[in-house]
Amino acid sequence: MKTSVYYKTKRVTMNLLIHLFLITIAVTCLFPLVWMISSSLKTQEEIFRDTSLLPKVFHFENYYLAWMEGGFGRFFLNSIFYTASVVIGIVIVASLAAYAFSRLHFPGKNILFFIFIAAMMIPIPGSFVPLYILLNKLHLRNTALGYILAMINVGLSTSIFLLKTFFDKMPTELEDAARIDGCSKLGIWWNVALPLAKPVLAVVVVFNALTVWNEYVLALIIFDSRALMPLQVALMTFQGEFITRYPLLMAGLTITALPIIIIYLLMQKYIVKGVTAGAIVG
Amino acid sequence: MRRLLSFFTICCLLLSSNVGCVPKKEAQKPTISVWHWMTDREAAFFELAKRYEAQTGVKVNFELYAPSDAYSQKVRAAAQGINLPDVFGVLGEKRDFASFIKAGHILDLTPCMEENSGSWKESFFSKALAINEFTEGNSYGVMPGIYGVPIDIMTIQMVYNKNLFKRLGLNPANPPVTFQEFLDIGKKISATNRGGSAVARESEGGKQAKMQGLVSGWGEVWMIDCFANNYAFNIMGKGKVLATIKGEVPYTDPDWIKVLSLFKDMQDSGVLASGIVTMVNKTAEQLFANDRAVFAFNGSWCVNVYKGMNPNMDYAAILPPKVSDKYPMMIWGGAGSSFMVNARSKNKEAAVRFLMWLTDRDQQAYLAEATNNLPANKNSLSKIPDILAQFARGMEFATHPSIWGVSEFSAVIEAFDKGIQSIIIGEKTPEQVAAEVQKIKERELARKRR
Amino acid sequence: MRIKSTLENYVFVLPAVLIFSIFYIVPFIWVFRYSLHDWDGILPIMTYIGLANFKEIIQDKIWWNSMLNAGYITLIALTFQNALAFLLAWACDREIRLKNFYRVIFFIPPVLSEVVVGLVWQWILDGNYGLLNNWLVHLGFSNLVRNWLSDPKTALTTVAIVHSWKGFGWGFLIFLAGLQTIPRELYEAARVDGANAWYCFRKVTIPLMIPVAVLVAILTVLGTMQAFVLIIAMTGGGPAYHTQVPVLRILASMRGSSRFGYACAQGLSFGLILIAISFIQYRFSKRARQV
Repeated sequence: MKTSVYYKTKRVTMNLLIHLFLITIAVTCLFPLVWMISSSLKTQEEIFRDTSLLPKVFHFENYYLAWMEGGFGRFFLNSIFYTASVVIGIVIVASLAAYAFSRLHFPGKNILFFIFIAAMMIPIPGSFVPLYILLNKLHLRNTALGYILAMINVGLSTSIFLLKTFFDKMPTELEDAARIDGCSKLGIWWNVALPLAKPVLAVVVVFNALTVWNEYVLALIIFDSRALMPLQVALMTFQGEFITRYPLLMAGLTITALPIIIIYLLMQKYIVKGVTAGAIVG
Repeated sequence: MRRLLSFFTICCLLLSSNVGCVPKKEAQKPTISVWHWMTDREAAFFELAKRYEAQTGVKVNFELYAPSDAYSQKVRAAAQGINLPDVFGVLGEKRDFASFIKAGHILDLTPCMEENSGSWKESFFSKALAINEFTEGNSYGVMPGIYGVPIDIMTIQMVYNKNLFKRLGLNPANPPVTFQEFLDIGKKISATNRGGSAVARESEGGKQAKMQGLVSGWGEVWMIDCFANNYAFNIMGKGKVLATIKGEVPYTDPDWIKVLSLFKDMQDSGVLASGIVTMVNKTAEQLFANDRAVFAFNGSWCVNVYKGMNPNMDYAAILPPKVSDKYPMMIWGGAGSSFMVNARSKNKEAAVRFLMWLTDRDQQAYLAEATNNLPANKNSLSKIPDILAQFARGMEFATHPSIWGVSEFSAVIEAFDKGIQSIIIGEKTPEQVAAEVQKIKERELARKRR
Repeated sequence: MRIKSTLENYVFVLPAVLIFSIFYIVPFIWVFRYSLHDWDGILPIMTYIGLANFKEIIQDKIWWNSMLNAGYITLIALTFQNALAFLLAWACDREIRLKNFYRVIFFIPPVLSEVVVGLVWQWILDGNYGLLNNWLVHLGFSNLVRNWLSDPKTALTTVAIVHSWKGFGWGFLIFLAGLQTIPRELYEAARVDGANAWYCFRKVTIPLMIPVAVLVAILTVLGTMQAFVLIIAMTGGGPAYHTQVPVLRILASMRGSSRFGYACAQGLSFGLILIAISFIQYRFSKRARQV
């Protein structure tokens, strides 16, 4: 007969194993982060000679140097501006479209949706050339607006896909109630659909924020003036053609990683908690 | 619905107000815009721009776009949009350079070069200028002329670590001259690593570091191409190499198989560093700078890099150890970086005058000193450190694909270089690789004839 | 009245369609045009060659080899990465301490820049001085020591594993969200009926998680097939062609051989294949759901 001691032992062992498993994976995830920070506090020579994780002397001035030399002040603001604009833009544009694909009816709906989804799957290399010429003709090339619009397009398809999948599973009772109360379609979208979609919106926010924050090739190609460049471009200053200044690069990367981690921390509560019943599940 | 529209209009207005402001009307003196990719020289360029403005009142705007891949894309996109700056560089092969010229993007500098009985032209090392020059009857279909200005030169040679030589029991003043000597050192390195010789091993907190032989960025295939090509010149001479490119000699020729076999010999003797086939040049530089590799195959820019990582390293530059005495050993060298003038620029004359100033003796000496690179101006060699002078002496034996007048098909080059990687990792024999490369060569030739 | 309503509906998709048309459709048409020409990206004139580029792609052995490599990496991602993500999500779904801590930690790899990831893993996996080999020797497994990234036998798998490490965070998040929406009552009911843990898992968890798994699978395939930045950082596509992937081939055509038209053709063919794969996945998922 199985005693309660047996069950208790079994439970404790299970928990122990699970924790072990989690901790091991967590360590591999933390390791690069710790290495990055630790390298940012060493000198160029130390980084390769002294391979321990804890530097002997903490060179905090690397952060100050990286900030000043990289001109981080301006670029940081630029990146925040671009990321915020693109995220807000996508949230509005994609959720409007996704809601329409999910709940509204108009001819050509399915074909249009299919085209958006197909775009997600066809990478067009070399699109930077027509994009450049196009933006040039629209006089949007060396401008923030041009870059923001181009970046909105980059994340549009995936965001619409995610949002439509969510809207499809959303229970219709609340919407019907609102419609009976005389709410316009736009009103339903704003007052009912969006609040319910918070978890998926959080995923969309994190996904697009990450994309824009880490982007630099398109920015480099369509911006001429340095004042408009995003943060990633500043980081390239430390990765010279021949010499990579690792301590400054690591300090710069740490500074760059912080805002994204903060955004994730803010958003992850929504993603997991209260994902409405049937949200992603069938 | 109306709210939506007004919302959007407000958003657009807000965003567009952040558009870069319209520049004020131009001052009387023109501003020259220069696009470059040389992160390591940004500070030096700014300083030079200040000096030029102080001297002449002309503003020079250096804009850095790095890394060089992204720079390349930007220049090509701008070329399509007819939006190039006054001065820029065309990275890539001579073939691309030729296309830029044929598309009308690049100013022919020959008249300026020949002015004053060629005073500008004569100030350069001839091989540096040759890379920017298209000669009579070239295969690219470009009008002969000089289309770019070198601002530094470089050579790619071998360096060896004198300290590690001592540890191996070799005389640091006697670097290997023949290929066999080179292979023998490789065997010595393997023996020292295998055996319990305390001399070669270092203990770092319990970790034992092996000594590596030759390190080089052979993960970046062009470096393999350079090395192989040097030995090709040594074994069969320039004439036959060019004939092969033209399609007159097959790659299955015994001389080419000999070139390919060199890599097998190197791998067998243990003189190649482990993992060299995926090594990036920066990793190779780190290894050499940390006294972990006996040899490195690298360009003269490495002087600056090693100085930053290990200022007191004791090393010297040599030519790759020769295989044969029949033909001279040639290395790749010539212009490091070059600038071109936009043919459609509104400030053509001012841009040319700036480039003349930039490549003048004093400015070149300043650049050489500030960034530890070799100057393109013949008269600026006085103040460079000894190790750089060793690289400079290699210019005598320098050649470069850009001056041969013919280019090999990139598919063939890729097959050749990747084939060498296969030989090093032991997957294919030199004969197999030669046969494969020749097949691709014939395919490309057939396509060209169509 | 109906017309007004339909027009209103169009307004919802108008901004998306507008932006999409200008920034995707127009460039797409251009790229399609390029793919029908022989062009180096610089000259003002292009030579029309019809479908010759596409015909060449069909015979390009290196291209298909790179597809296989990408397929292999994707397979590892679909199995190893997603299994890991699911296990971790399942572990975190239970009432354990530090749940929130883990939620943040596991998302760090996707957030880290590829530069850091490439550098750190290169350092760990280095054949001569790497941490991994060091530990293997210390633990007495010196016969397992390899040059992980340069040995043709291990290079691709190693790259695939590092890629999975970087990517599992997304799957973890979505799986966790999915698991947390399964009403606890279902588990209670099953346990009251005398079911053990394994039975609960089989009859409750798995059926309800299938749609989530499909979503993750589709996104994984799309993301992994197009991977390339990490690979450049760790192996440069070598040794020889062992870690080449399609996007690297496209870049090689564009930059290395200056064959812009060919590169565009490659991109389009790649896209068609991805659409086909996604379509098959979707069909398969529909059938799995009906089971």
